[in-house]
Amino acid sequence: MARQLMKGNEAVAEAAVRAGCRFFAGYPITPQSEVLEYLSKRMGEVGGTFLQSESELAGISMIYGAAACGFRAFTSSSGPGYSLMQEGISYIASAELPCLLLDVQRYGSGLGDIFIGQSDYWQCVKNGGHGDYRSIVYAPNSVQEIADLAVLGFEKAEEYRNPVTLLSDASISQMMEPVELPEMREHDPDQFDWALKGKGTGESKRHTSVMYYMSDYDTYIQSKYREIEGKEQRWESFQTEDAELVLVAYGISSRICAEAVALSRARGRRVGLIRPISLYPFPVKAFEPLPCVKAYLTVEMSKLAQMAEDVALASGMKHPIYTKTGGTALYDSAEVCGEIEAVLSGEAKEAF
Amino acid sequence: MADMICAGFGGQGVLTMGLILAKIAMDEGKNVTWIPSYGSEMRGGTANCSVKITDGMVASPFIKHADIVIAMNQPSLDKFMPMLRPGGTLMVNTTIVKDAVRRDDIEVYGVDATEIAQQEQNARGANIVMLGALASAGKLLTHDVIEKGIEAFFASKGKHNPKNAACYERGFACCARLG
Amino acid sequence: MLKTIPKACFIDNKYCPGCGHGIANRLVAEVLEEMGRDGDALAAIAVGCASLMPDTFGIDCVQAQHGRAAAVAVGMKRCRPDKLVFTYQGDGDALAIGFSETMYAAVRHENITVIFVNNGNFGMTGGQMAPTTLEGQRTTTSPRGRDVRTTGDPMNIMELLKPLDPAYLARGSMTSNAEILKTKKYIRTAFEAQERGVGYSFVEILSPCPTNWGLSAMDAVARIRAEVVPVYPLGEFVKKEGL
Repeated sequence: MARQLMKGNEAVAEAAVRAGCRFFAGYPITPQSEVLEYLSKRMGEVGGTFLQSESELAGISMIYGAAACGFRAFTSSSGPGYSLMQEGISYIASAELPCLLLDVQRYGSGLGDIFIGQSDYWQCVKNGGHGDYRSIVYAPNSVQEIADLAVLGFEKAEEYRNPVTLLSDASISQMMEPVELPEMREHDPDQFDWALKGKGTGESKRHTSVMYYMSDYDTYIQSKYREIEGKEQRWESFQTEDAELVLVAYGISSRICAEAVALSRARGRRVGLIRPISLYPFPVKAFEPLPCVKAYLTVEMSKLAQMAEDVALASGMKHPIYTKTGGTALYDSAEVCGEIEAVLSGEAKEAF
Repeated sequence: MADMICAGFGGQGVLTMGLILAKIAMDEGKNVTWIPSYGSEMRGGTANCSVKITDGMVASPFIKHADIVIAMNQPSLDKFMPMLRPGGTLMVNTTIVKDAVRRDDIEVYGVDATEIAQQEQNARGANIVMLGALASAGKLLTHDVIEKGIEAFFASKGKHNPKNAACYERGFACCARLG
Repeated sequence: MLKTIPKACFIDNKYCPGCGHGIANRLVAEVLEEMGRDGDALAAIAVGCASLMPDTFGIDCVQAQHGRAAAVAVGMKRCRPDKLVFTYQGDGDALAIGFSETMYAAVRHENITVIFVNNGNFGMTGGQMAPTTLEGQRTTTSPRGRDVRTTGDPMNIMELLKPLDPAYLARGSMTSNAEILKTKKYIRTAFEAQERGVGYSFVEILSPCPTNWGLSAMDAVARIRAEVVPVYPLGEFVKKEGL
């Protein structure tokens, strides 16, 4: 299939359709509204349902109903709207139903700003909802990758019967890049024995928290997420083999850091980069083979350095962790190089 | 290869202009990004997009230092000319923009984009005139490559406007070095 | 009511003695079975006393979040339009926290059926004031009686839904065998409206809550007759042609 130039928001929407998604419910909010706009047209062409819900509360609830029927269901939002979905996500996770969620992050709390930010890390990765659950979280750093991860997201959601969240931001979702879209595939909602379709002459099914009918729920839920943590870590490492300073960045920040690493290498600095692709589970395995590391520098578009805490945990706090933060105006590689120099020269102050 | 900003009033087709160039570059096998100003920044009548074209990887789609700035109106010139790198290229729509030559470390080219589009009875074709001028300045892509790219872009949308070709050729012919 | 227990009521319910939910559950089960649709019905069950239903009611269902049953039902119905999809909700759920979802399902003419049990308070949480609580009625959060100057008037959902062009609106009670049979007929008509694709149908059932009202089962029924029905009159309020 030929490369096309597409916005991240449109590519993820089309990829979801091609993965067999036939149900979308959502509510407009910048910078994810193109997902709705695209699917309002596209779902009709493939015989699917597009529903502009009265709120994100209703939208995630519609996803809950569609997912319970075995359909590949998808919703998207940004910061404040994603906050409103948390109760529903907790229900879906507790009922062990698969669905695909997209949070196109913006910057700041409250109304915040529609510009570039990565300040929903805690909400998405640590779960904004109540109770004991996790959502598998993927952080695409290109238009191609957000399309690819939409397909993978549905597969993993069904494999583990758990929500999967794509954590994007205004740059990945608003920009156009060449993308090769996945092949069109069919999804059969009746393939699952848990899918609601009426009890027929058999036993009735109910979707509610599995803890209600599981004798050893505590052990079960622990083992479920331990399995995900063991098997589903995804990341990329660049030039970390001999790196003394290892940068850690996801999404759009990781692209800038890759360039900064190349520029700093050209100056003879021994720096490398770990790019988490899965944020839950956090790729702790990426931190094991770092023989030369003396410090970490996390680079993220949040003022409170949200991911830095996970880097501290993953690295076992054996080395100092420095943070480069931002929001609204995206730093460029020169600024990141400046931070690298500040760390190497001892001018920077560590966060952990 | 180039970091470029296309800017102007809403309705002057600056986003489309950037998109056409990005598509051409993609079809030439380059890595490209295109990102518009959006949201509340879109309100108030001005629009712009940033286009990056490279053989390597694009890190950030945003531009701090541009190689090419296309200014279709005065506010765009005021905002984006300072971002040009020394040796960069400024393309201006001289129907609207008057005092374009303010720096001596950049090349400035002008074309009466709005006027020519009106003469060709293609009121929304000022962006195509400007693409002709860009080809003439010879800073990014050749005449024939851009010409084919414009045709392919509109064909892919199921549109064909024969007046675009005239606008393009006149933009190519009427482009003038100002400074 | 049928002499034989419908298959969906496969085990005794868990509601308080004298509670109306048991009868409401039974009526829904009888109607679905009589229509031959209990095998392909899907329910979105509300939070509150309604949430006890999935344990004793054998119909495919989702336990919805508080107030969101209508939206969950919409997700199911849009995916499986050939199924009979209904919500089962109380007054706190459908009219307080879920008012938006209730109204918007009606606004969009969603082809679902809402079974709405009005017992005038939040039963599960201990009898707090609900949108349906009567003027002057004492609850744990209106200890001096509901003061409509600060809480607004009791919510008559029939009147609010009527302008939205629903297919069917009816309010029944369970104060006598005759009323129970009438309520059953309303439920049947509501499901038939959905089956024929006529649109949104909604049945309100005035139901006793002896536990939180502090009354015996019989006194609770008498109170509905004497105090509740005058505020919430019974009958069919919208019935589209052909139903």
